[in-house]
Amino acid sequence: MNFSENQSIYIQITEFVKEQILLNKWQKEEKIPSVRDLAAELQVNPNTVMRAYDFLQQQGVIYNRRGIGNHVSSDAGEKILTARKEKFLQSELPVLFKNILLLGIGFDELERLYKSFVNEKRKH
Amino acid sequence: MVKIENLTFWYSKQNRIFEKLNLELNAGHIYGLLGKNGAGKTTLLKLICGLSFPKSGTVTLDGLIPARREPGFLADIFLVPEEISVPSLTPGKFADIHSGFYPEFDPAQFGEFLEKFKLDADQNCSGMSHGQKRKAMIAFALATNTRYLFLDEPTSGLDIPSKAAFRSMLAASFSEEKTIILSTHMVRDLESLIDSVIILENHNIILNHPLDQIAQKLTFSHSSLSSSPGEIIYSVKRELGTTMISLNPSGITGNVDLETLFNACIDIPDKLSSYFKH
Repeated sequence: MNFSENQSIYIQITEFVKEQILLNKWQKEEKIPSVRDLAAELQVNPNTVMRAYDFLQQQGVIYNRRGIGNHVSSDAGEKILTARKEKFLQSELPVLFKNILLLGIGFDELERLYKSFVNEKRKH
Repeated sequence: MVKIENLTFWYSKQNRIFEKLNLELNAGHIYGLLGKNGAGKTTLLKLICGLSFPKSGTVTLDGLIPARREPGFLADIFLVPEEISVPSLTPGKFADIHSGFYPEFDPAQFGEFLEKFKLDADQNCSGMSHGQKRKAMIAFALATNTRYLFLDEPTSGLDIPSKAAFRSMLAASFSEEKTIILSTHMVRDLESLIDSVIILENHNIILNHPLDQIAQKLTFSHSSLSSSPGEIIYSVKRELGTTMISLNPSGITGNVDLETLFNACIDIPDKLSSYFKH
């Protein structure tokens, strides 16, 4: 894993875990790698993985079964998507709107582009 | 816990290495020890291991004095120096002879580490390259599972895959009872492992803090524009822009750029350490 320079590593690890869940590599109610194993795999300090897991537990994406380890929550996928949607609507969409306004792109043009994008996606 | 109080040390009286140095290190951390050439990184490790003795002041590890070199102390500590001398033995034979001194030595783990480093337990070290010898010694050091582990420039001389293997092994063998110090100039190699940074400069320690605390106070950014949301306290021009340290306005923690932090500690030590006074 290549870590970007701008974001703290523990946040990047939480994103990595969410990605594994969304891609169904780690499935619901399944045990996820131990702190030590994931630290070894990602070559990071186990304390950082621990912090990422704590954060994911707070968000309800994973939960701890005492003595067994961390598991993917049954509603982890929805939780991740809800949080992403919120983040998109709150921080990314305003930037997009600003550019659309600045460049004077009309809604009809956007609609046409969006529809052809969706069609293109469906073909693949 | 490593506890150093009022430590003064010199090799020649005119040139003091440490002057009333104080330092406390706790278990459960991987410390990055940074300092310019000659700042005293290796000397500090030697004093902690009992290979050098303080001129005044005290060094203790869990209350034990390193200079006394008691067996119980030596069984729980391992130092891999920057320049190593390996006897003319195979790694396997070396472990047979030396592992008896380390009650927690794990032979299976040693074999696994050698394999990850692509080393043969039955090849004589005298026929190995410098990097291979270092790797054999690092594999042994990690497998001793001592609670105190000190590595002086661990990645120097290691090829690129070996550096990754080293990071992975260190992460796997670390636990909350252990205190690990990595002394290094190659911060990029070890950035993802270090959770606390110790910076030596001017005969003393000018910074000893967990990286997450540093990230709460300071923001590191690189930009083509010299602007930042917080007050800029340090900046250096680099190709295609400026690298800046500014006061963190939001409390949202980003990444700590150790190289820039180190440079700032050397250039503006007083200013920087003033942000971390308790």
